[in-house]
Amino acid sequence: MTAILFVAIIVMIFVIIFQIAKASEYVSVLRGEDKARKQNNKINAFLLVAFLILGLIGILYCNDLYYGKTLFPQGSASKEGEKIDLMLYITIGVTGTVFFITQILLFWFSFKYQEKDDRKAHYFAHSNKLEAIWTIFPALFLTVLVVFGLKYWFKMTGEAPKDAIQIEVTGHQFGWEFRYPGADGIFGVKNYKLTSGTDPLGVDFNDSASHDDIHVGGTMHIPVGQPVKLIINSQDVIHDVGLSQFRMKMDAVPGIPTTLWFTPLYTTAQMKERSGNPDFTYEISCDQMCGKGHFSMRGVIIVDTKEDYAKWLAQQKSEYSTLFPAKTDSLAGQKSVTDTTAKPLASR
Amino acid sequence: MSNAATLHETDVHGHDAHHEHHHHETFISKYVFSQDHKMISKQFIITGIIWAIIGGLFSVLFRLQLGYPDSTFPFLEDILGHWAKGGKIQPEFYYALVTMHGTILVFFVLTAGLSGTFANFLIPLQIGARDMASPMLNMLSYWFFFLASIIMFSSLFVETGPAAGGWTIYPPLSALGDASQGSKIGMDLWLVSMAMFIVSSLLGGLNYISTILNLRTKGMSMAKMPLTVWALFFTAVLGVLSFPVLLSGAILLLFDRNMGTSFFLSDIVINGKILPNEGGSPILFQHLFWFLGHPEVYIILLPAMGMSSEILSVNSRKPIFGYKAMVGSLFAITLLAFLVWAHHMFVTGLNPFLGAFFVLLTLLIALPSAIKVFNWLTTLWRANIRFTPAMMFAIGFVSLFISGGLTGIFLGNSALDIHLHDTYFVVAHFHIVMGVASFFGMFAGVYHWYPKMYGRYLNTTLGYIHFWITIVGAYLIFWPMHYEGLAGMPRRYYDYTGWESFKMFAGLNQFISFVAMIVFATQLLFVFNFFYSIFKGRKVTTQNPWGANTLEWTTPINPGHGNWPGEIPEVFRGAYDYAKDGHEFIPQNVPLGENETESH
Repeated sequence: MTAILFVAIIVMIFVIIFQIAKASEYVSVLRGEDKARKQNNKINAFLLVAFLILGLIGILYCNDLYYGKTLFPQGSASKEGEKIDLMLYITIGVTGTVFFITQILLFWFSFKYQEKDDRKAHYFAHSNKLEAIWTIFPALFLTVLVVFGLKYWFKMTGEAPKDAIQIEVTGHQFGWEFRYPGADGIFGVKNYKLTSGTDPLGVDFNDSASHDDIHVGGTMHIPVGQPVKLIINSQDVIHDVGLSQFRMKMDAVPGIPTTLWFTPLYTTAQMKERSGNPDFTYEISCDQMCGKGHFSMRGVIIVDTKEDYAKWLAQQKSEYSTLFPAKTDSLAGQKSVTDTTAKPLASR
Repeated sequence: MSNAATLHETDVHGHDAHHEHHHHETFISKYVFSQDHKMISKQFIITGIIWAIIGGLFSVLFRLQLGYPDSTFPFLEDILGHWAKGGKIQPEFYYALVTMHGTILVFFVLTAGLSGTFANFLIPLQIGARDMASPMLNMLSYWFFFLASIIMFSSLFVETGPAAGGWTIYPPLSALGDASQGSKIGMDLWLVSMAMFIVSSLLGGLNYISTILNLRTKGMSMAKMPLTVWALFFTAVLGVLSFPVLLSGAILLLFDRNMGTSFFLSDIVINGKILPNEGGSPILFQHLFWFLGHPEVYIILLPAMGMSSEILSVNSRKPIFGYKAMVGSLFAITLLAFLVWAHHMFVTGLNPFLGAFFVLLTLLIALPSAIKVFNWLTTLWRANIRFTPAMMFAIGFVSLFISGGLTGIFLGNSALDIHLHDTYFVVAHFHIVMGVASFFGMFAGVYHWYPKMYGRYLNTTLGYIHFWITIVGAYLIFWPMHYEGLAGMPRRYYDYTGWESFKMFAGLNQFISFVAMIVFATQLLFVFNFFYSIFKGRKVTTQNPWGANTLEWTTPINPGHGNWPGEIPEVFRGAYDYAKDGHEFIPQNVPLGENETESH
């Protein structure tokens, strides 16, 4: 079988390498340890500087290949995320400079100061001045990074603007549910103990605010150019709402609601053009290990123009009207008669 | 030079030096239940090597799925049965592999295999002691590790499979058997095994600290200790103070799993079942876990740093630059390590002010790390470098630490972490800075001290091949992952083909998997070298083959029980008098010359 042949070839390669290694050891013993050591030094010093040069070329090549695949050339799809891109560039600038300087020095020194017969190492055990220099300068750079970073951190984790649309996101093994508050702008009260097959979010339909709430699964719509605030729940284990294009992320923790807000800059249609990808989709990726379906827990966000969003919203039926069609008023926003026949699954 | 701390009787085990003559050692007491620190260190490294092969093999298996998601491999079903139905690794099993890979490598290989080996081997030899402060506890430390290994190994074979919630085992996923197969009996076994492992670490750590504080030979003040010993000392302090917190988290998790408590559980509906647990917080577990979890990565890193400092200096024939700053930065890293844990939790919804506090401290810890890098570079400047395999790995360590450390600056800034959390950027960061760098420190230590351990050399040609393939391979594997992370590609995904946002990396994933297999195979070459050379390696014929200053090279080539057959040497100077006053090297036990000033 091919598997056995494959293993046999590997073993043979190993054996060949081993024989070469043993042979070199005998040769070095015969030649004398000193000579063998000197030759090894020469070869490895050369290889180190070759590694440096090839490595630097490799870094540039890798960047050529893959920078376009990161999201950064397209820019952030959210207004707040633009700050993250800015932070990224500043950090790459600072750390990149340090990276190149230190790696080049490391491999260059290794090559330049390889053992030579006429060389003696230079006794240089300490220098307070040098230590001060390379403590203070990194500290200055890091301070800049911290100041910018915290400024944007407080903005992003701060209060959402007053005109933000609120949408509730609930994660569970292995999908996403979305709830819109409807015309009254208020989410109906939820209680996880009310969760059932017909009421998967545990909404208390005795609360009249719930009567216009819209529940959709898997795909949510938001309008472009308006801040949206997600109120994030989980029903079972920790999940995470990961929005790569918007540069946003927040854990969904059972028992502890979290929030995340952003302002989308481009509709899905616009992103298809900007990215040159006709299949472009804003995806929600679950970003916290949640079980065997973690990789398949995909949600979709469609960013509409304001008109399309309003149209879409108007077409949605409230969850209450789907469950209790007889009890529903035809006019949205009017208080519905409290339904006493539907009993919660578990008593409180 | 001499001080009160060394007033102790250095000869307290003096009579033991003659012990071997009277004391008949059986096979069991010499090789199995040994109380000799050198034998115990070998037990640690051999067990560590076995676990490394298993953990590495797991990564090859899951990378097979990641690199070739559309392929099937019939031989997998032959070996793994229903875990690889139809020749394809099942998602549940994939997650078990990922979890166990992390658990095995972080704890069993890079903690026990690294600290356990080198702390045990080097501390008594480098400070001039006959053995550890308590050889009995030392022996127990290994056997608790062995017990932990048996339990963890057995969890691989239970029907519902081993733990599968990631090595970080966050509840509720890890608390609820209904949430995942791996959260059934496999999770209980994981927790019990880790409890035993923690006992082992604590016993070891307490021993290392007591030995270093109390059993240094005459003249060996703390300020004359080699950096390796300082690093191992701080590592032990980190472990002793942080492992108990993980133990408490593990015990509370066992309670939630088996005794109906609600430390970490509240408001849960799973598989249609409404759970009665109320009032607990999953975030509490994360605090308890990461309070160990962060110091843990420094427990892994510090020994590698200490050994690399040593090896760089010896092979440069120059003092390590800035000994005091090196010790100071080890101390700063140790202190700060306890204060940064919540940078793993930036996106859990924690209070932004708390987050800001942790950003500050996390970026602060970059400073002592930077100081160390610059000091290593200055050690190489105007040196006279011998490129032994150990030196190659030490140089490689510095390169990897630079690369991996710098990406930590991205992640430590919480605003950036929002985008990068749980993506392949994180995977690239910790593999480079903790995985590969520490492994390089470990390899450097093995190649450098193997002559002392076994009285033979490891084959140098195999050593060079091992180094070059591994360093090139490691960079080829982990460097491109940064780009995947910048694109937001999540970690711990079984398959990316269904994702419009991430499927464009299919070619790269395949390339990475291919390189990973080659790098793994190369490690097997090293394992072979290790075991072969114990019996057939070129014999060491000089007492001090590397021309080093530290005390371990003043023992006989094969040190017996008690290390020095006669008196333990007295120490007069620090460990880094290389190229001083025209001498190539001056061992620590050589008295100061008439007009000689003390170094540093």
